[in-house]
Amino acid sequence: MEKNKTKRVSGLARPAFRSKLITYVLAAGFFGVSALLVQAEVAGSLYEGLLIPMCCYIMMAVSLNLTVGILGELSLGHAGFMCVGAYVGAVFSIVTRTAIPSAWIRFPLALLLGGLTAALFGVVIGIPILRLRGDYLAIVTLAFGEIIRKLVENLYIAVDANGLHFSFAKAIDPLSMDLATKKDILNGPMAVSGIPRDTTLLLAVLFVMLTLFVVMNLIDSRSGRAIMAIRDNRIAAEATGISITKHKLIVFTVSAFFAGLAGVLYAHSSTLKSTQFDYNLSIQILVFVVLGGIGSTRGAMIATVILYALPELLRFLQDYRMLVYAIVLIVMMLLNNNARFHQLKQTLFQRKAKEETT
Amino acid sequence: MSFLEVTNIGISFGGLRAVDDFCLHIEKGELYGLIGPNGAGKTTVFNLLTGVYKPDRGTIVLDGENLTGKSPIEINQHGMARTFQNIRLFHNLSVLDNVKVGLHNQIPYSALEGVLRLPRYRKAEREMDEKAEELLEVFDLQGEKDYLSSNLPYGKQRKLEIARALATNPKLLLLDEPAAGMNPNETEELMETIQLVRKRFDMTILLIEHDMKLVSGICEELTVLNFGSILAQGKTSQVLNNPDVITAYLGE
Repeated sequence: MEKNKTKRVSGLARPAFRSKLITYVLAAGFFGVSALLVQAEVAGSLYEGLLIPMCCYIMMAVSLNLTVGILGELSLGHAGFMCVGAYVGAVFSIVTRTAIPSAWIRFPLALLLGGLTAALFGVVIGIPILRLRGDYLAIVTLAFGEIIRKLVENLYIAVDANGLHFSFAKAIDPLSMDLATKKDILNGPMAVSGIPRDTTLLLAVLFVMLTLFVVMNLIDSRSGRAIMAIRDNRIAAEATGISITKHKLIVFTVSAFFAGLAGVLYAHSSTLKSTQFDYNLSIQILVFVVLGGIGSTRGAMIATVILYALPELLRFLQDYRMLVYAIVLIVMMLLNNNARFHQLKQTLFQRKAKEETT
Repeated sequence: MSFLEVTNIGISFGGLRAVDDFCLHIEKGELYGLIGPNGAGKTTVFNLLTGVYKPDRGTIVLDGENLTGKSPIEINQHGMARTFQNIRLFHNLSVLDNVKVGLHNQIPYSALEGVLRLPRYRKAEREMDEKAEELLEVFDLQGEKDYLSSNLPYGKQRKLEIARALATNPKLLLLDEPAAGMNPNETEELMETIQLVRKRFDMTILLIEHDMKLVSGICEELTVLNFGSILAQGKTSQVLNNPDVITAYLGE
């Protein structure tokens, strides 16, 4: 009886379009309502300040879900790609701030450059780890994430009338520079200042939509099926003529690209410090993905909204904040493994779809 | 030259010669059986043919193309498809999508065309759906196309695996113990399905099987493998009456 029931797979359900539409509407609806609440001053500035980072984290979670949930490979270095995007975008914007005064031209370029550089890192890191799986892949990606952060932490870039000055691991000798026009851009582990605040909430939400569009369409296509086939049974996928290398690289690249974009958006909305991108962030994003129900794009998004906002909104609890947060994590984990909860979810989201098939 | 020409292939794992001097000639359209006691090396032969293992020596030529040492992916693209002894479906994909993965290289479009939902994506997906459903109909699975493949009963999972293999448009189909775990009725049905596949797709089939009823019922020629080497080869009726085969495999 139970066996004959059609179990639907996220992103793959027959009425795939409807399922995607729900996700878009949820995202647009949530941020639309939030913006209205902020505008009407119902929600405070604390809440307002959460919205842009929340968008960045949604992009991170949705792109990480592609690696962890769809390809089925554990990656613990996602923050590294965000770090690459953030710093490349920030340096570009600071350097070209006077040359390209219009944010309308400068910021898209910064985004593109940050995203593409992160994607390049995705490929460069992806190639040597193609053969690794499971725990080994997790450890290596963790290491790569930290290496990227440490590299950035040791980078010194300054600009003067003569052009750009680079230094690695030690500060640039001030005597070698024209002091009158000297301006520090990156100063090692110090926070980066002077990044134009180009990221608006509208823009961030649009990029969330773009991420959802690309990732969900990719999953629901020939390539997505191949990627999930590799996840479900690598040997059978090979015997069916699916190239493992090609599809793994597609995933690493797309996933890194959107993490890079998230980084650029993040860097242009607040102060930038390399310690923000340590492995804690990677783990945090992974928690969003896992508790959203591995493999579910919509789940990753919802989990991010709840779990990112929660610690901030619970600040009034002071010392008990993390305790409550931990309890929420456990409750979400239990719900994820609860058949009744899944049934409820189905009746909420897919009732119409079911009627069609029966 | 035969359609499939396997000459003297062998492989050793450490000191163990798992398969030694194995030769096989299959003509186009033939239904060929590979039998032997447990551990004789039958599945190893399949793994050698499909590129999972690289043979230490010998050559494999299919339809005039030398496939020796090629990867499983290339070998599949050159027209060899297989099923597995322990079913290997894409268990989190629907029945239809399992077959559509098989059509991956048959009806291609790029990842970008898929993401942007360009006209080619729509056309290719429609074509894939039609083809996949056609295949599912052959195996009487069209009613379950939206089921998760792991939710299918065992016999249907076996059929789905054959459908998926056929979707890659092979010249030669390798079936690894298709009747394993089936009751006599299911085996009977499977024999009919195999005959149907052969006729309808004009397919050359090589199968490993333990069920003697199935082997003597549908295979035209047989190779008997014992301890990694060939014990007997030839017409089914002759091979099954060979006294060596009877002692080694069938028992007195």
